Amino acid sequence: MWADAAIAAVKSLVMLLLALNLTVLLLWVERKGSALIQDRIGANRANIFGGILPFNLGIVNTLIADPIKMFTKEDVIPAGADKLLHFFGPFLAVFPVLVTFAAVPFGDVLVIGGREINLQVAELNVGILYVLAMPGLSVYGVVLGGWATNSRWSLLGAIRGSAQMISYEIAMGLGLIGAILVFGTLDLQAIARAQGATIWGVIPAWGIIYQPLGFLIFLVAGIAETKRVPFDLPEGESELTSGYFTEYSGSKQATYMMSDFAEIVVVSALATTLFFGAWQVPYLARDGFHFPGGFALALPQVVVVVMQVASFVLKVLILCCFQILVRWSLPRYRYDQLMDLGWKTLLPLALANVLITAIVIVLAG
Amino acid sequence: MGPVTFFLLATALVVSALTVVVHPNPVKSAMALVATLFLLAVEFVFLGAHMIAALQVIVYAGAIMVLFLFVIMLLNLSDEEAEARRRGRALFRIGAWIGGGVLAAELAALFLRVPFPAPAAPPAGYGGAESVATALFVDYALPFELTSILLLIAVIGTVVLAQRRAS
Repeated sequence: MWADAAIAAVKSLVMLLLALNLTVLLLWVERKGSALIQDRIGANRANIFGGILPFNLGIVNTLIADPIKMFTKEDVIPAGADKLLHFFGPFLAVFPVLVTFAAVPFGDVLVIGGREINLQVAELNVGILYVLAMPGLSVYGVVLGGWATNSRWSLLGAIRGSAQMISYEIAMGLGLIGAILVFGTLDLQAIARAQGATIWGVIPAWGIIYQPLGFLIFLVAGIAETKRVPFDLPEGESELTSGYFTEYSGSKQATYMMSDFAEIVVVSALATTLFFGAWQVPYLARDGFHFPGGFALALPQVVVVVMQVASFVLKVLILCCFQILVRWSLPRYRYDQLMDLGWKTLLPLALANVLITAIVIVLAG
Repeated sequence: MGPVTFFLLATALVVSALTVVVHPNPVKSAMALVATLFLLAVEFVFLGAHMIAALQVIVYAGAIMVLFLFVIMLLNLSDEEAEARRRGRALFRIGAWIGGGVLAAELAALFLRVPFPAPAAPPAGYGGAESVATALFVDYALPFELTSILLLIAVIGTVVLAQRRAS
């Protein structure tokens, strides 16, 4: 029993560290990436050791100096604010996003001393519903954060944010139904395993092959859920100062920012799990590679597991970078355009996707 | 689920449910209701009914309560207004206390007299995706479809009412 508890604790820790580190790393990718896109140098003022090193340690500035600065700044609570809800707002925003990672499988089974360890923190048989339910709760962080500060900008941002998140949640959920139909299960680990198969023995049977439209709908709705450009109406700094977290400072503001970045990682992790083969490496089975054409390469179990986890992290990173690329490439939507996209484009597309997928599955038997 | 977990959860559940009723601030009341629904979902998880728990969070805590909160915020009912309204109804309060007291006494009598046998374990697959789907789409397919028509009528009715007021 103690061994089980220890394994569960280690798995949770691994996943939490993975999620948090990716979140913070994204901060640097975002700054340097935006600089790259806009032909600037970007965060570069951390030339520690007085230029002895041949390279610049700008990454240190973002990863260490910046968080320390943020979390030691003065915490200002505006005069008319509701102190309790002002305090809880950032937590309600970041907590549901972080617990979502519990259901995401980050590897296949690891065997240590005859004990099989499933590399997934929470083995839920309704994993997809869980990962839809949890991020949905982060809307309370937005709504309460905006309302509690008793500021007009914040309230407007909160109302925009909640309307946007609820609208796109529907498209997101319906976009995933196609994938559920294809794999025939709600269990994320089972979906990950199913993607290890190959079509005609050559193409890896990843979800995106079966559900390209589902992936597109999920990604667009996911980016809208993260409330970033081109869907950053709730923050909209040119209209609402900073939207629902206008009246937040120091560590609370940093927590809101963190929840946005954590949501990027969640969306990437879910897209990877459902559409890009989760932890699968093409042609890699538990005992090694089995390339098409009969060529096989036996590998020790530990190497296989390490490759699987690395593959998962790599895919998540690529999707994160893609989302940052989107953020710095597109202009902001107008609010009516945003609602039109959600309700008049994504929703009918998602419904059509469900219908077509269901018909094809029934016809294919 | 062990008795310790159950009573911890149940206490939290009852406290948050009471907060919904007694808290003067409507926004905090609504948030307490969210907490209640969430804790109820946790109870379902402990019963092994993962599907129902997920639906509880998605539908009630995640969607319906957000709309509640939305309306409360837009009405912007402040603490003072709510307090003033409450103060003006002393007679109602006395009546409510008496009615509530009688109900509580009846419940207490019920709990003391009726024996509670240990509950049987839930059947296999209880509250899972398959059993919920079988109930909805096989056993009660007709009522389910009729309910969806009812909801559709309500949606159309809302649109018609909203349009009439706008013009």
